[in-house]
Amino acid sequence: MTQALLRVQGLTGGYGDVQVLWGLDLEVARGEIVCLVGSNGAGKTTLMRTLSGLIPARAGHIQFGDVDLSYANPERALRAGLAHVPEGRRLFSAMSVRDNLLMGAYLREDGVGAINADLERMYVHFPILKQRHHQAAGTLSGGEQQMCAIARGLMGAPRLLLIDELSLGLAPAIIEQLCDTLRGLHREGLSLLVVEQDVATALELASRAYVMDTGRITRHGQSDTLRHDPAIREAYLGAL
Amino acid sequence: MKRALLIGVLLSGVLALVPLTNDAYWLRLGTTMLMYGVLALSWNFIGGMAGYPSFAVAAFLGLGAYTGAVAQKFGLPMGWAWVAAGLSALLFATLLGAALLRLRGHYFAIASLVVAEVLRELVNSATELTGGGMGLNLPVPSMISVQAQASFFFYAMLALVLLTFVATVITTHSRLGFGLRCIQQNEAAADMLGVNTTAFKIAAFALSGVFVGIAGAIYASWVHYIEPPDVFDVLYSVKAIVMVLLGGAGSVFGPLLGAAAFLTLEELVWRKFLEVHTGVLGLLIVLLVMFLPRGVLSITQLWKRPKDHRA
Repeated sequence: MTQALLRVQGLTGGYGDVQVLWGLDLEVARGEIVCLVGSNGAGKTTLMRTLSGLIPARAGHIQFGDVDLSYANPERALRAGLAHVPEGRRLFSAMSVRDNLLMGAYLREDGVGAINADLERMYVHFPILKQRHHQAAGTLSGGEQQMCAIARGLMGAPRLLLIDELSLGLAPAIIEQLCDTLRGLHREGLSLLVVEQDVATALELASRAYVMDTGRITRHGQSDTLRHDPAIREAYLGAL
Repeated sequence: MKRALLIGVLLSGVLALVPLTNDAYWLRLGTTMLMYGVLALSWNFIGGMAGYPSFAVAAFLGLGAYTGAVAQKFGLPMGWAWVAAGLSALLFATLLGAALLRLRGHYFAIASLVVAEVLRELVNSATELTGGGMGLNLPVPSMISVQAQASFFFYAMLALVLLTFVATVITTHSRLGFGLRCIQQNEAAADMLGVNTTAFKIAAFALSGVFVGIAGAIYASWVHYIEPPDVFDVLYSVKAIVMVLLGGAGSVFGPLLGAAAFLTLEELVWRKFLEVHTGVLGLLIVLLVMFLPRGVLSITQLWKRPKDHRA
């Protein structure tokens, strides 16, 4: 394996008395797209929230580049270069699209010029956002909101972008379009860790995938291998 | 930002002419209005910008009033007593904020509502220090005429409301104000983008306390006599909220406009409907909130709206 950008070892976590994650190991290499699939309640979102520091890890180790993020808060994770596009988008609905994107750059200290350049870059990747830049984010369609959320995450100039539930509630044509854009961003050097319910889409987008069940990683490997794994086909792809 | 500050300074310049009328009624009304302005602008920090419905205004006002009064009782000059009141309210709001701002929505509102009651009971029982239920007399300022005193307190309140206004303008255009608006709209997302939500909320709460504390101390010096039910009156909290909602929450001029509108309503209704004035006032507030939910300031946007749709 090439250099790991994110290396998670023995991670456990949860909410209050409820333990959700039971010792997870996971890696994302530099310049890699990795997918995380699994049924409802498997702990995918909890894992994402733990990685980005929104909820504290109980035990285990999160190494990101040369930074230890095991006990980090969202601010430190973001400063290190790890941005999180949350499930359900969570935009500032009364603020304009442009202001939402600028909020993504809230912690950046590399100056107005660099931030504006990135804003223009987002408008190139997501042309619809340029058309809508003055509109309140809450008035966008579902697909546009997801684009806005992804672009807001990217405005933090991350090295790794976590996307939770990429395709949830979106039309197939929009999902295809989003995946194309993500591949474009990937070619520009972005690494991605994507949670995806739709296993077929996930395996098509990512080079590697992890399968999660009841808080543990049950399988992982190359997308091609997993696609032909009989157990995966039966459980997630609906074909024997 | 410069324009807002300029308008603020010009407005205070005009208001500074009021004492020249030498009319005790207008001076008293004016001083009350300015105090209301301070309360409304202060509540706006936490309630309007951050979206946390605080009912703690009465607590800060009472705390400031009693800090100022007790400080003067122990011989501190009036001006320093006011500063002490501001500092105590600032400290109290910071500590209280750290505890209360874990709660959200209605839970936060209820918790902040209780604070004034607790403080009132404390002041009531600390008879040796505060006079308890008997109240506390303040030294009468050594000025020649009653008229000069009235003018003096008018100017003091005017200076305070200007200070609060400047703080509002600066906050609105700062990182803090931007962060607070994000918290108001989606706290989870703000947290995720690296906004230090806890620190920002506490800062907003502290800002909502400090000026009210000073206003309480000026009020105490102005009326020479305070008692717990007067300065810890929960109506101050309610009025501050109503004024901001009347004017336009989250904006810079809304709270000021709301304070002026509210006092005018209160005064007119009180004069015309002596026996049912609270009922009539309540009804008016309900009607205003129903038909102008975004405040009097939103009237200006009614004209702009058709143009936005075309664009």
